[in-house]
Amino acid sequence: MTEKEWPLWEVFIRSKQGLNHKHVGSLRAADEEMAIDNARDVYTRRSEGISIWVVQSTNVFASSPTDADAFFEPANDKVYRHPTFYDVPDGIEHM
Amino acid sequence: MKEIDLAELERDFQAKIDADIKIEPKDWMPDEYRKTLIRQISQHAHSEVVGMLPEGNWITRAPSLRRKAVLLAKVQDEAGHGLYLYSATETLGADREQTIDDLHSGKAKYSSIFNYPTLTWADMGAIGWLVDGAAIMNQVPLCRCSYGPYARAMVRVCKEESFHQRQGFEIMSKLANGTPQQKEMAQDALNRFWWPALMMFGPNDAESKHTAQSMKWKIKRHTNDELRQQFIDISVPQAKLIGLSIPDPDLKFNEKTGHYESGEINWDEFWQVVEGNGPCNKDRVDTRRRAKENGQWVREAANAYAEKRRIRKKAS
Ligand SMILES: [Fe+2]
Ligand SMILES: [Fe+2]
Repeated sequence: MTEKEWPLWEVFIRSKQGLNHKHVGSLRAADEEMAIDNARDVYTRRSEGISIWVVQSTNVFASSPTDADAFFEPANDKVYRHPTFYDVPDGIEHM
Repeated sequence: MKEIDLAELERDFQAKIDADIKIEPKDWMPDEYRKTLIRQISQHAHSEVVGMLPEGNWITRAPSLRRKAVLLAKVQDEAGHGLYLYSATETLGADREQTIDDLHSGKAKYSSIFNYPTLTWADMGAIGWLVDGAAIMNQVPLCRCSYGPYARAMVRVCKEESFHQRQGFEIMSKLANGTPQQKEMAQDALNRFWWPALMMFGPNDAESKHTAQSMKWKIKRHTNDELRQQFIDISVPQAKLIGLSIPDPDLKFNEKTGHYESGEINWDEFWQVVEGNGPCNKDRVDTRRRAKENGQWVREAANAYAEKRRIRKKAS
């Protein structure tokens, strides 16, 4: 009995207008329509969302956790990208 | 690629755990950690799914439309819990199909409590109050589990569980304050479910072979006996409040420790049920197996329909 398994989908939900879609979990479904219907039943039973995105998991590409330190290193020595790096004389307002 | 030895990886891994840094699916983890999680999370998933059966037994016979809607919503939540958890096992590389087949072949275990029958409507009360109550006690600390996807699934589950216990207690308290027959029914359900509920926390600490390692890995945060004691301390006054008595002649409150002391659990019965000899083991697994077999044509039809739509879309 070799049955073709339904593909895996990642589910993203916008909880309310004005906010980003956020990853909430995954599920299996035969196609994108079924994935959206299932996502509604599984992840929004208590009005947690007003919009759903589904992406087939095989289409998600991720950075490597083992190289994370080196990969994100370039940002570490650039403190001047943050406003707190700069001296502002006393008495200056609205800056 | 530079050579990193296993000991160093393991040291770094434990250091992350000790610093309360969550482990995510693609992070390096010891094989044993992965295996332990797959075993625990899939057992947990199976328990959610099999757990629908004893309650499903009463959906069509709920005493009112309100009770029926509530029970239906609760059972639907349990299906959702099973799904979150199967998804979490998949992040660890477990094959979903295989995981489910392991349940059906009897290789995988699930919570023994669901191998007891639900004989009267009062059992819906006892299950919500005690079984979901015990499950909550187990699940709340799992929200801080070291494995990210499991912890996140538990946060969702715990949010949903709170109404499960309340609806059960509401059923119990209504029956306990009803006619003498209704009260008797509630007491009978409590009598049958009290001890199996205590067994839900697993063997005594001295007998529990996985506890020490699981606590070191922060998969588990409390021992079985700690959680069981907490459950007893909370549940006994609740029973008293609605005029029901706990079926344990040895139960007494220790003023010095501030805890209840209870009689000995029948561990023989526990192991019997775990080994497959409980009143409903065979029935539960058969029902799940049949559900999968009977649903096969639906899954195939959905695949065929999806394929057809893909081809049609390409053509247009
Ligand atoms: Fe649940
Ligand atoms: Fe529940």
